[in-house]
Amino acid sequence: MSILVDKGTKVLVQGFTGAQGTFHSEQSIAYGTSIIGGVTPGRGGQMHLGLPVFDTMEQAVSAAKADASVIYVPPAGAADAILEAVSVEIPLIVCITEGIPVQDMLRVRAALDRSKSLLIGPNCPGIITPDACKIGIMPGPIHCRGSVGIVSRSGTLTYEAVAQTTEIGMGQSTSVGIGGDPIKGLDFIDILERFLADPETQSIIMIGEIGGTSEIEAAQFLKDNKVKKPVVGLVAGITAPPGRRMGHAGAVVSGGNDTAQAKIEALRAAGVHIAPTPAELGSTLKSVLAG
Amino acid sequence: MNIHEYQAKELLRSYGVPTPRGVLIHSPEEARQAVRSLGTPICAVKAQIHAGGRGAGHFRDHPEVRGVRIVKSPEEAKEAAYQMLNQTLITRQTGAAGRVVHKLYVEAGCAIERELYLSMLIDRSARKIMIVASQAGGMSIEDVAEKTPEKIQKVWIDPELGLGDYQARVLATRLALQGQQINEFAAIIRSVYSAFTTLDASMIEMNPLVVTKEGGLMALDAKMAFDDNGLFRHPQIAELRDPNEEDPREQEAARFGLSYVSLDGTIGCMVNGAGLAMATMDIIHEEGESPANFLDVGGGASREKVGAAFRILLGDQKIEGVLVNIFGGIMRCDLIAGAVIDACREEGLKVPLVIRLAGTLVEEGLTMIRQSGLNITIATDLGDAARKIVAEVRARRAA
Repeated sequence: MSILVDKGTKVLVQGFTGAQGTFHSEQSIAYGTSIIGGVTPGRGGQMHLGLPVFDTMEQAVSAAKADASVIYVPPAGAADAILEAVSVEIPLIVCITEGIPVQDMLRVRAALDRSKSLLIGPNCPGIITPDACKIGIMPGPIHCRGSVGIVSRSGTLTYEAVAQTTEIGMGQSTSVGIGGDPIKGLDFIDILERFLADPETQSIIMIGEIGGTSEIEAAQFLKDNKVKKPVVGLVAGITAPPGRRMGHAGAVVSGGNDTAQAKIEALRAAGVHIAPTPAELGSTLKSVLAG
Repeated sequence: MNIHEYQAKELLRSYGVPTPRGVLIHSPEEARQAVRSLGTPICAVKAQIHAGGRGAGHFRDHPEVRGVRIVKSPEEAKEAAYQMLNQTLITRQTGAAGRVVHKLYVEAGCAIERELYLSMLIDRSARKIMIVASQAGGMSIEDVAEKTPEKIQKVWIDPELGLGDYQARVLATRLALQGQQINEFAAIIRSVYSAFTTLDASMIEMNPLVVTKEGGLMALDAKMAFDDNGLFRHPQIAELRDPNEEDPREQEAARFGLSYVSLDGTIGCMVNGAGLAMATMDIIHEEGESPANFLDVGGGASREKVGAAFRILLGDQKIEGVLVNIFGGIMRCDLIAGAVIDACREEGLKVPLVIRLAGTLVEEGLTMIRQSGLNITIATDLGDAARKIVAEVRARRAA
């Protein structure tokens, strides 16, 4: 078992023939992901990487059923691409694109709230269940199938957690980058809920950062939930000055309980083991499990 | 991105928000002429910087002079401008360093009955645009929220339905506006909403929005911020950027599409990914030193971009050491190594440099560093990297 994606997940690529779409589709196919085709408006009927290209998602899903789509469309058209995937009821939509205007995402959120489609991202590395399905831009070789569920707002910090859990021989059940934007799809709680219900996931690493209150809500969720699994946490941005956007559009301390310190305290109070530094995610988990 | 008050007022005026008449000036003589041409018995002379708290702020070299002055004659305006222009204004939001005032906005005064607060922003937990209003205008809204939260009114706008006029009327009555004022207030909210959505704003604030003695409404102050991600749709807004308000290294970084924030410490960092960049700053702090900057070179950076990033770091005079931390996903370690080696050879490496590479093509990258003959320390992981750069910086300081 794993969460959201597995060996059988059939994936369409939106923005298939662009540079990003091409490069990462090749990597995903090489990893073993079942990519069944893609969409680039105006390129319908052509073949790309040996797979069919469609003009619209409507045509793509009428040709073959898809379980997921991944979006490599540039910022100006990315929100529209998400809405297009929602319109044909793709169960899982993964949007890699960074830089989508916030107000576009407000409309996307409203559409998602009325639909059964789930969104991961935007501005994220994607999702991977090692040795089964890689949807996104994460480097495949650092992963190994195992028992740790990883959820993170940051791409490269996800890789840190992955590399460290691989290093200590525990591996990952599924690793999800939920993205660094303020308005997004699945949040910590949605992923934690699935990890807690997944028998293969025996422990969890969650990586948050400054800005917003998702980590605080996640802490409350973990506190209230009857199912308990060991959780190691990290919140990046202890040294970030207030009011400045630290790269991610969502990473701004705007006063109140969105500081790293407030989040760390809330997570600690919920029984989460905070790693002293980002270099100690794996070792903290190991010592927690050793009791 | 932030803009000045006079620019925000100009924009909002074009959307129908009533504001006082005003003139932007750059010299004391222009201030004198501005007051004469406005022709009102009193005028306000306001420092234009991108920071709040100007009215309560003071000038570094004239502690008795405030950032907003009320003047009663053209001569008084000239004198005020003389004391304010090219001087450093320190406010609650500028920090101790303050900001140099390069321009002033001279406005016609008006007789104030009472001061309201009105703002529009994005509420990320509700995932909606939110209007915040209060009868306690003219003071810090953070203080109002903390001490008298009952005086804060909030209304959320459904992204699909848009703003309802009734929502504006409800807010108006909650602010105890009456008669014609209710419709005037609703019209202002419609204008603000239209500007907000059309221009991809992230915040519009009027503090205060005043009720005049004549009973009308007017935005006496205005602040606007824009979503950086939306700027590509609004080149006319991007042009309002004031280079005087931004750190020169941050501007240089922006030119290369790099995400850079200047900080107070002495260890320069170059990292890929915003989260890892913040985590790198944190771990330097944990080891007892401070980061000089946040710098995310991004995922798919080119050799030119990485080289530019590295030069920006080395150009910072306060830097005592550099830590490069790359976890290659899309980013290839050999590309990073090549760009760093080139930049070191061109600029000359005068401070300790520790580099940690992981991920895609790490062995190739490390081999290039080892064979470069440059004095670069290789670290095995993030913890090792932080310890090494801190040790080297301290050894150099002691020497």
